[in-house]
Amino acid sequence: MKTPVLSSWFGRGEIAAPPDIASATLRSDRFRLEREGEWRRLEAIVARMEKGGLKRIADEDLIALPALYRTAASSLAVARETSLDAATLSYLEALVQRAWFQVYGPPRGFGGWLRDFVLGGWSRAVRAMWLDICIALFVMVAGSVIGWLLVAQDEAWYYRLVPAGLADTRVPGASREELLASLATEEGAAGLATFAAQLFSNNSGVCILAFALGFAFGIPSLLLLVHNMAMLGAILWLFSGQGLTVELAAWLSVHGTTEIFGILLSGAAGLHIGRSMAFPGQRPVLAAASEAGQRGAVVMVGVVIMMIIAAILEAFPRQLVDGTGPRFLIGGSMLAFWLAYFFLYRPKRLPEDSA
Amino acid sequence: MSSAATATAKRSRVMITPEGLALPITLASRGGRAGALMLDVIIIFGVLLAFNLLLLWIAGGLLEGTTLDPAAAPRGAQEFLQILLVISGFVTWYGYFLVQELGPRGATFGKRIVGIRIAARSGGRLAPEAVIARNLIRDIELFYPLVLVLILLLLNAEGEDVGLLAWAATGWFALFALFPFFNRDALRAGDIVAGTWVVEAPRTKLAATLSTQGAAANRGASEVTGARYEFGDKELAVYGEKELQTLERMLRDAQPEALAAVHATICRKIGWNPGAGDERAFLEAFYAQLRAKLEGDMRFGKRKADKFS
Repeated sequence: MKTPVLSSWFGRGEIAAPPDIASATLRSDRFRLEREGEWRRLEAIVARMEKGGLKRIADEDLIALPALYRTAASSLAVARETSLDAATLSYLEALVQRAWFQVYGPPRGFGGWLRDFVLGGWSRAVRAMWLDICIALFVMVAGSVIGWLLVAQDEAWYYRLVPAGLADTRVPGASREELLASLATEEGAAGLATFAAQLFSNNSGVCILAFALGFAFGIPSLLLLVHNMAMLGAILWLFSGQGLTVELAAWLSVHGTTEIFGILLSGAAGLHIGRSMAFPGQRPVLAAASEAGQRGAVVMVGVVIMMIIAAILEAFPRQLVDGTGPRFLIGGSMLAFWLAYFFLYRPKRLPEDSA
Repeated sequence: MSSAATATAKRSRVMITPEGLALPITLASRGGRAGALMLDVIIIFGVLLAFNLLLLWIAGGLLEGTTLDPAAAPRGAQEFLQILLVISGFVTWYGYFLVQELGPRGATFGKRIVGIRIAARSGGRLAPEAVIARNLIRDIELFYPLVLVLILLLLNAEGEDVGLLAWAATGWFALFALFPFFNRDALRAGDIVAGTWVVEAPRTKLAATLSTQGAAANRGASEVTGARYEFGDKELAVYGEKELQTLERMLRDAQPEALAAVHATICRKIGWNPGAGDERAFLEAFYAQLRAKLEGDMRFGKRKADKFS
């Protein structure tokens, strides 16, 4: 590897004027001197593009870019057949590669990508993994049933499934009043914003873990889902024992419809990768994995957004809004919104998006 | 030299541009990538540390005029700082890689310093989805197992029995950390899932033309002695393209002593009596004439790879 040249970090070095073309005794050097100016112009444009955005580039330069790129590419092709000047060849190879990355660079900026993501890209990716969502949903339901059954058989399981920090007053043997109090609202909004930020940070971490674990053929993703839902099943068991199922469901539904949906999606995204690696079909494994991985990544960006919304819902409306009815209303309308957005909202694909 | 050359040859791949031109690319070395990642982590931790210190300093400022009683400080401002603290970690961790790799350079600061960038393995465009995917996977490859191992080590130090879990965590870490060593293209798990690879991003400067300087430009005439070096076909036939390009490198970079050694070698090879003091002119003339001959043959489809062919 070449050591980086310090001067290349601090602006471009001085470029000496190229020597007179006629002074070159070799034909291949004359070829190079004739085209050198265009190469250098291309290099300058590419360097400016790399530094940031197209805005700083003059229109005529931008128009000239494809032609200059093709000139350099064809110069390289000719030079390979006619010139033995290693320095020129390696310069041209590096230049054409750099220019190639810019000319065939990302089709849109991040802003354009985000717009397409919100207006259809996200729900398209979610629909494409419907089978994985069904499997993940089944696993989650099974997980909560398992949690319920385990705790119903032996109360000791409760302490294994529910972490101590979360359990607090919600432990087997707690009275109905204590449990009800744990579902009540907070006094004021103070401290809730911090709570929301921490919730978001934690939950997104769990979701990203569920997605990333999909790499091991999806099994760990499913295990993570089972573990999380078993905890829910255990808590459900506890509250239903005191006849508080509806109250708990309302309390959970405020943020849970968004949060659990998000966890479902991230588990499904992980499973999608694992499944396409285990059963790639006609495609090579690597191609199948990368296709599924890119689709999963789109879903995961959406999951992070869902986690932001869930954290805000969990910290504010859930702690401030009292009463089963209003809580169900918030939770139910969020669920209806997500379902409609993912499965009913099907905008036509713009032609440029197919790239 | 030769072992380094074969290592580089092992890492070279060919990318076909839409123009049908085969562009050689070199995969980044595993060591270079590890170094780039370490640089990035150091930068991220440095930035987060500086940011946290700044927040602490501001929080300290909030206490001013309250006789240092935290309860009297403005609550809203305190809470805002806390939120900033929580969010900044998340945003820096993911944002740092995403924003930079989505940019036109396709590389983070660490990668830029090492001189590498990411590219789509298919040779197509680098999709934003791919960049997101490869960066999300990095967490389970390195940081979750590392954190787990650290936590287990701490627990162990406190006398708790961690048993098999420690080995499992170490195995997890080793599996992914060593992943790039078990495939030809040095892909890590994130690269496989995203369909990317990491390549060298050379930034070569255009070197001067050799045939316009010195004896090469004066038809072999030396500026020092005025002697003219002319080589016959038989003398030029001893070397091929490889030797020519080695000589080119020497003429561009080498010290006079090294040139003298090369001069002596060539003279011995072609049966001339090596003189002294005018080595550079001799080599320039030899280079220009050898290149003229080899390039002339090239135009007729005759190539001579090295002195043995």
